[in-house]
Amino acid sequence: MASKHVNHIEPYSPQFGTMIPMGGQKFMRTCVLWQIVRFVAINIRMTILILKSHH
Amino acid sequence: MARLVVMGGGVSGHTAATFARDMLGEDHEVVVVTPNSQWNWIPSNIWVGVGGMTKEEVVFPLAPVYEKAGIDYRQAKAVSIHPEGKEDAETPYITIEYTDEAKSGETEELTYDYLINATGPKLNFGATPGLGEGTNLGEHTVSVCTADHAEHANHELEACIEKMRNGERQAFLIGTGHGMCTCQGAAFEYIFNIEHTLKEQGVRDMADITFITNESFLGDFGMGGIHFKMGGFATSSKVFAESLYAERGMDWILGAHVNKVEAGKVTYESLDGEMDEQEFDFAMLIPPFAGVGLKAFTKDGTDITDTIFAPNGFMKVDANYNAGAYENWKASDWPRTLQNPSYKNVFAVGIAFAPPHIISKPMSSPNGTPINPTPPRTGMPSAMMGKAVALSVVDMMKGKSTEPTHTASMSEMGAACVASAGKGLFSGTAAAMTVYPIIPDFEKYPGTGRDLNGTTGELGLAAHWVKHILHHIFIWKAKLKPGWTLIPE
Ligand SMILES: Cc1cc2nc3c(=O)[nH]c(=O)nc-3n(C[C@H](O)[C@H](O)[C@H](O)COP(=O)(O)OP(=O)(O)OC[C@H]3O[C@@H](n4cnc5c(N)ncnc54)[C@H](O)[C@@H]3O)c2cc1C
Repeated sequence: MASKHVNHIEPYSPQFGTMIPMGGQKFMRTCVLWQIVRFVAINIRMTILILKSHH
Repeated sequence: MARLVVMGGGVSGHTAATFARDMLGEDHEVVVVTPNSQWNWIPSNIWVGVGGMTKEEVVFPLAPVYEKAGIDYRQAKAVSIHPEGKEDAETPYITIEYTDEAKSGETEELTYDYLINATGPKLNFGATPGLGEGTNLGEHTVSVCTADHAEHANHELEACIEKMRNGERQAFLIGTGHGMCTCQGAAFEYIFNIEHTLKEQGVRDMADITFITNESFLGDFGMGGIHFKMGGFATSSKVFAESLYAERGMDWILGAHVNKVEAGKVTYESLDGEMDEQEFDFAMLIPPFAGVGLKAFTKDGTDITDTIFAPNGFMKVDANYNAGAYENWKASDWPRTLQNPSYKNVFAVGIAFAPPHIISKPMSSPNGTPINPTPPRTGMPSAMMGKAVALSVVDMMKGKSTEPTHTASMSEMGAACVASAGKGLFSGTAAAMTVYPIIPDFEKYPGTGRDLNGTTGELGLAAHWVKHILHHIFIWKAKLKPGWTLIPE
């Protein structure tokens, strides 16, 4: 069955050689509740990065 | 009383000057020499370039901020450095040329005890015929490197959108305008904003969008590519970046040295040596960067520019400039204190310091044309270098040490990069990437050269919110508003 999330990709074109996000992935990217969790995670990650970078 | 002179009031220079001023107290002087009257949060120029923000939202006047902080601000450009002073006076000095309306063209000698070079890049449009003349953007393409450029880019974009509404197909070409460019991240972010804007305007189906880059693979970013911890895999930035383009139906041209720009057309040489052409109706091509062209002289007037600066015009610091071939490169080649080896009271931070070599693997076409990204020195590392050098200089000025006390090596620090498309809080989307360390270290991290716990990439609204917050907190910090010292770089 064709996926409504993946448009036609020309075989052997450069675009054919990579991954294409499907419905679940796209939904999670814009799901506000999940993104609030990710927002906290990104901030923690960046804080650790900053702490590790200062000498 | 000692005097610190900071040349350049951009991301790294402003950070260095404001922290030094904050820590030095009344006993010492801090002077900033910079030709711009306004400070620009450059990352948000991308939004100005698609009409998501106005120029006024990304700039603010420097004079009141420096006045409040007690920083002596000279709206001028530095022209030359005289680190030994002159025959009859040993005090080192720089020469400056004023750029403000009242004193425009006037020159002055400014003595210093410590000097920080934070002059950033010369936007070298003139390196590619047709891309521009010297540092001036030409007539065929647009740029987002300055707020004014970005405003102009948005006007051109609006004109293209109007044409598409009237049924005229438009070709967009975004990327690098020379084989030795850096700053692919800015072009990467801009192309996603263009695509997002065209979709919002309902004309996406009338546009062909192509990315042209000097990278040998998408996602090299001038850092030799990155492996992110993603979905249980150490995923290459190649797959990550290609996926973003493929999802949006955008094409890409790799390993390209744009060697000529004409009205509606670029000519480029590929890594395989082929010459090709690409037509466009709208093109945003990043220029190559060089040092701003400062000169240096001994006390008897001998030109020592070649001793203090690398051939590309960036200032030499404590890096290993004799690392040799790619196979011999090490993370430890990268500078730590950013002190000039010839003159210990001179430092260079941000884009102004000369890297020991590039980070990506050097490549050239069969014709011998080098086509590889040069090293990025993005906002976060630039500001960290500014702060570290300020702390070292403060300790030296206060007599606590004769050597730099702080380090900021790109091989020991990370970078966070958020590329965001659109401005709406719920309609935008973004890629958030963290990289640690910036310079791959295969001795410390034998797998991918980087710490996979600190090297991540993800897409979504959350990253977009982070980008919004960064815009506001960095402008808050640069304006020295309450709590500014607590905001990290
Ligand atoms: C469009 C765009 C988007 C970007 N987006 C991001 C991003 O999202 N995240 C990120 O981390 N980085 C980003 N960057 C990179 C970031 O802007 C730079 O890394 C950063 O500005 C470098 O800081 P700097 O102090 O070295 O140079 P600049 O900030 O460029 O400052 C240099 C200063 O020196 C002044 N100057 C020039 N010549 C002289 C002279 N002769 N004498 C005295 N002063 C002089 C200039 O006027 C300027 O004020 C982006 C860059 C661009 C172009």
